[in-house]
Amino acid sequence: MQKILNGNEAVALALKQINPDVFAAYPITPSTHIPEVFSSYVANGEVDTEFVPVESEHSAMSACIGAAASGVRAVTATASQGLAYMHEVLWNASGMRLPILLANANRALSAPLSIHGDHSDSMSQRDTGWIQLYADSPQEAYDLTLQAYLIGENAKVRLPVMVCFDGFETSHLSTNVEVLEDKVAKDFVGEVKTLNPLLDLENPVTYGSYTNPDWFFEMRRSQHEGMQNAQKIISEVGKSFGKISGRDYAEPIETLEIEDAESVIVIVGASSGSATEAVVKLRSKGKKVGMLRVRSFRPFPFEAVANALKKAKRVAVCDKTMPAGGVGGPLFAEVSAALLANNLNPKVVNFIYGIGQRQFSPTHAEEIFAKLEEKDCERINFVNLRE
Amino acid sequence: MNFIPNLKTVSQNPQRLAAGHRLCPGCGIGVIVKQILTVTDQPIITVNATGCLEICTSAYPQTSWQIPWIHSLFQNSAAVASGIDAALKALERKGKLKQKPKIVVFAGDGGTYDIGLQALSGLAERNHEVVYVCLDNEGYMNTGYQRSSASPLGAATTTTPAGKKIPGKQTNRKNITAILAAHNIPYVAQASPHNHADLMLKAHKAFKAKGVAFLNVFSPCPTNWKSAPALGMEVAKAAVETNFWPLFEVENGKYRLDYEPKERKPIDEFLKGQKRFKHLFKPENAELKNRLQAEVDTRFAEIKQLSQM
Repeated sequence: MQKILNGNEAVALALKQINPDVFAAYPITPSTHIPEVFSSYVANGEVDTEFVPVESEHSAMSACIGAAASGVRAVTATASQGLAYMHEVLWNASGMRLPILLANANRALSAPLSIHGDHSDSMSQRDTGWIQLYADSPQEAYDLTLQAYLIGENAKVRLPVMVCFDGFETSHLSTNVEVLEDKVAKDFVGEVKTLNPLLDLENPVTYGSYTNPDWFFEMRRSQHEGMQNAQKIISEVGKSFGKISGRDYAEPIETLEIEDAESVIVIVGASSGSATEAVVKLRSKGKKVGMLRVRSFRPFPFEAVANALKKAKRVAVCDKTMPAGGVGGPLFAEVSAALLANNLNPKVVNFIYGIGQRQFSPTHAEEIFAKLEEKDCERINFVNLRE
Repeated sequence: MNFIPNLKTVSQNPQRLAAGHRLCPGCGIGVIVKQILTVTDQPIITVNATGCLEICTSAYPQTSWQIPWIHSLFQNSAAVASGIDAALKALERKGKLKQKPKIVVFAGDGGTYDIGLQALSGLAERNHEVVYVCLDNEGYMNTGYQRSSASPLGAATTTTPAGKKIPGKQTNRKNITAILAAHNIPYVAQASPHNHADLMLKAHKAFKAKGVAFLNVFSPCPTNWKSAPALGMEVAKAAVETNFWPLFEVENGKYRLDYEPKERKPIDEFLKGQKRFKHLFKPENAELKNRLQAEVDTRFAEIKQLSQM
């Protein structure tokens, strides 16, 4: 069944079908629409969820921790400063292995203040131990939201999941979304899978204990293993989602014209649309170009990425966040390392684009392919930027 | 209220905090926690802010907790408790809750007056069914006594030392109990563990409250107050007898002074056994001590007046 929905509405609808137990949220542009729409479901009795209108994002994630540790499904939605404000709580949620769901409408961080989209918010949370899935459209935001709990609650994973989608470019883009029948979605998502909940009153558990150097490292290692295991579980869940929807998510990446491509754009999120148009246009002119979109950033699918790029001669890695003094943006660093680990040595160049939602059109993607062929191309380049 | 805390009766209730925790000798916290958790036979889930109680009862792979217990962060225990309350409500709505436990938060004054105030205010405004207990030992004790906004005027702390120019903390303590009362929640009270009958009656009322209950409990810290461990409860008693720590409650908006000493003792009686106040007895600090006495009398008169309204 098709519906015209924007990204926020698509996520809210997926959440309605999931019918989580607790939704704790604090408003922030551009994700505010999610708790707004969901509140109307609550007010009209269409869900059983307890909506907690918390006084900050820090408390939103904290309330999710309380709920998830109790043994129920908890969710929040946020963006930008809100996600940054949650930072220490994100570590706490993953450290306690609580499969919380967070919908993030990617937005730039202040200062200067920008309410517009880029990936600096979630990319700066990439080491918090959360699974991070990046959607390219309202459709994917809907689909990934429905898959999130099945990934996070898996006994081999037990980690929180962040579904990221571009602020405005996806959150406010109204488009056709293929939605599942309520029953099909509910059956797919199923009941919460708990592990040592606080509410098991007969078997009391101690959550969030204090550890000394003799135990802390082992716990972090176990968390790392959960993240490693997530690669396989993401694929399994994605595959079974494909069976009920016709949209298969078994691969953590999406590729276009990559088999014989000499120049490849590697990108995350909605701007892959512009890259797609450029690839189609340049292919019609006989240029051997392709695209690779990374959907799962954490865990990073380093083998799938290296495998897809094994024939590429030139790779343009596009980051929608600033390098901040690094060798390049975070995607650039990951892709470069994946190539190196697999003894691949194509020319790899970093393109920074879309900062504070600076326009990124198919023409800009074409310019990237042209620049990539230049002999003395800098390691870090800025797309559509005034000098 | 026909509940009379009877030690014989309540001692039959399950022991929630096991013996063998690592709290200091003479510390008020273990006593307070046991007194509060003993008054009910209902199941309890405990949320603990970062601090002495958390550190001293949860060192992995051991735990002193015989009931479900969660510690998340320093400032978010009120929000974590909100999430648990929301989970209980959702499960109740779905008919999936077999037995409804009470939710009790334990946080220090740092986690309550300072860094956790916003989350606590949110909890109070949303009126979750949570008993929030502040273990007030007047400073950041787990890290060696830095001043908090609960540290009293004149106190020598590691961040307000009694120096040659500045003799200890220069500002009055924050009136957190009044702040919580201003949220118009069902039950707010101040108590002290030396008067266990009063504290346990208040805990009982807190458990019965329809919504948030806030208990601010005076918790002696011999380690950092530099007082005799064996006299922990004596110091608490002196705090009440000097009106430094009035025992009162605000039940559905109505203030009630629960105890007034026949003759208010001078503040010196509270200060004298604690080295953190030693400098206040120097002649050059007489005025500072007078200011503290005046502040104590003003606050007490205020509560007395409110309870006569």
